[in-house]
Amino acid sequence: MSGFIDLDHAATTPLDPAVRAAMLEWLDDTGYGNPASDHALGRRARAAVEAARAEVAALIGASSEEIIWTSGATEANNLAIKGALEFRGAERAHLITSRIEHKSVVDTCRYLETRGVRVSWLDPDPGGRIDTARVIAALRPETVLVSLMWVNNETGTINPVAELAPLLRERGVLLHVDAVQAAGKLAIDLAALPIDLLSLSAHKFYGPKGIGALFVRKRPRARLAPQLHGGGHEQGMRSGTLATHQIVGMGVAARLAAARRAGDAERLAALCARLERQLTSLPGVLRNGDAAHAAPHILNLSFAGIDGESLRARLPMLAVSSGSACSSATREPSYVLRALGRDDRLAGASLRFSPGRATRETDIDAAAQQVRAAVGLLRELAPGDA
Amino acid sequence: MPTYLDHNATTPLDARVLEAMLPYLSGPYGNASSLHRFGRAARDAVERAREQVAALVGCQPGEIVWTSGGTEANNLAVKGVAAVRRGRLLYGATEHPAVMEAALALAGERDVAAVAVDAQGIVDWSALAAQLAQGPVALVALMRANNETGVVQDLARAAALVHEAGAWLHVDAVQAAGRIAVDFRALGADLMSLSSHKLYGPKGIGALVRRAEVDLVPLHHGGPQEKGLRGGTENVAAIVGFGVAAELARQELERRTRHTLALRERLEAGLATLPGVRVFAAGVERLPNTVQFALPGFDGEALLMQLDRKGFAVSSGSACASGKHEPSHVLLAMGVEPEIARGAIRVSLGVDNTAEQIDAFVETLRALHASLSRTVVPV
Repeated sequence: MSGFIDLDHAATTPLDPAVRAAMLEWLDDTGYGNPASDHALGRRARAAVEAARAEVAALIGASSEEIIWTSGATEANNLAIKGALEFRGAERAHLITSRIEHKSVVDTCRYLETRGVRVSWLDPDPGGRIDTARVIAALRPETVLVSLMWVNNETGTINPVAELAPLLRERGVLLHVDAVQAAGKLAIDLAALPIDLLSLSAHKFYGPKGIGALFVRKRPRARLAPQLHGGGHEQGMRSGTLATHQIVGMGVAARLAAARRAGDAERLAALCARLERQLTSLPGVLRNGDAAHAAPHILNLSFAGIDGESLRARLPMLAVSSGSACSSATREPSYVLRALGRDDRLAGASLRFSPGRATRETDIDAAAQQVRAAVGLLRELAPGDA
Repeated sequence: MPTYLDHNATTPLDARVLEAMLPYLSGPYGNASSLHRFGRAARDAVERAREQVAALVGCQPGEIVWTSGGTEANNLAVKGVAAVRRGRLLYGATEHPAVMEAALALAGERDVAAVAVDAQGIVDWSALAAQLAQGPVALVALMRANNETGVVQDLARAAALVHEAGAWLHVDAVQAAGRIAVDFRALGADLMSLSSHKLYGPKGIGALVRRAEVDLVPLHHGGPQEKGLRGGTENVAAIVGFGVAAELARQELERRTRHTLALRERLEAGLATLPGVRVFAAGVERLPNTVQFALPGFDGEALLMQLDRKGFAVSSGSACASGKHEPSHVLLAMGVEPEIARGAIRVSLGVDNTAEQIDAFVETLRALHASLSRTVVPV
């Protein structure tokens, strides 16, 4: 689609051509064996699955046997949180999370509340970070788990999980980190960082949709109650036939992400900075999220005095998000931006820009020009509203 | 290339299905929940696939919930219903582990029991009626066709009993869909699970069909996808593939059935010429593509390895259970002696198999039988 500019890579990324090529090898008439089958076709698929497991492990400094395949990050987050709580006995258990987590964490914790789990919902600071001292202060003797995202999907703000992890380890509390927006963007070394559970999604780093992984630490062992029962796949933690092509795709995507991370991060940060400069020169444009702790690939801005719906309607050639894709169907102002202290109107009049590997400076300039024109026009139509 | 006789474990992807998936592995990618243009194209494709799958199994498109496969669909049905309904959980003694283990995982909080089958693997109807009479039952889970023996259950008969007792019926149709006619309404099912990779579609996608009145608690919380019943970004390429695979299965069902049944009959005629071969559930209706048999005195795993070396891919039962060298729970439930069950081999045929392959398989088996008879002391 010529002229269409995709600045929505935090929602999903296109498949890398190398990933696609690797997947196709497992969609042909030799690659279809069930990885659980005890014959040549099965063994061949199993070997590919294990090679991919090693690639994903390498991206985050883990070992292969610590990687559990899931159908995506939503399942990984559900498995981590429900699995940990259920294993320890949900009754009277306490867990700590924040108000700015992804919907899959928020909804899982809300569900657990209905099952008798006590949940502490931490507020972010105005920059969108969850302060480590607040987490520590919220701990109780019966706290089983802290679930905190590494990088927020709407604002791109980085949480101090590296600072938090050793403190929780000392206290014997499990730490689950939703690293969906961090993987491939920030360096992750779980050999050095005592995180117990960590969720990944392939389609956020140029891999396929429908596949993700949960890191489950072996030493000390993080114990989970399985959430999908059946044939006993994935060390009994997640049953179900493995989708070889998806897994192979995630493996190649992880290898590419590891190799390209530093370069990608530098380029994306420069593109976001370029866009920010061109848009914040307009009056009444506010950055959502702490610039000092920003992931390289996300820029979130609020535009004072205009209606968010009208703004997006005037940007038909620009793929951007208002809030997360998952909640955009509900068209409610982002709960993340509300938690940062933005009022309904400012939260509603926000755009999330997330460039990707294929984004060029000319795309950024064209996008900035379109947004500036739309904002200018809307402010002209409703002067004084600002 | 080995001769593939393990279609109940998984099927090759139909080239026409791959063709339909390709655009979604490159061009109009997008998060189906996003509102922008790429997202709209993806959403249209997902809804079209919903209609195609619905047409295969005689339900409404709105009754379909996408899942990551049959295991998730079965878990969602059993646990999702258990979370909102009081009463016991009953499951057939020969159910797939995804149903059985999902039910047993709830055994700590409620009464869970298996329903016996007879020597042919058919549900013991009087036992089911007696269990239903013992007080409130939330859900009865019975499979349309068994993955190991291929035994087909008369579920319309089950549905009448189950509904009379105020319970819901969940049907695992993973092996049946695309092999025999499956009609959600005619079966009287309340829930039904499906898997794409058993009908020449991609792995990693399945569906739970559920009547609108059936309330469920989701397994994957988060996001409004699938009416709040299953959070997570849609796997668009796989959904599109499942849709096309379902449409092809509907169009070609009769031809596929005829083809595999003819091969199965040829295979069974061949097996009958081998001394002592026992075909399980030979006297009842089975899937046209499935035959499970044992050569008494031989270990199924050892035979499987020999056949693999000779270029034949078969199974000793369910692919999920491989690694565990325990006799099949399906055969044990049918009263088969453990030493016989340990020798079981499952052949499951597909559209690409030929009469020559079947003949070669039987001859290979005959040769192995002769040589193993000389070297192995029968148990």
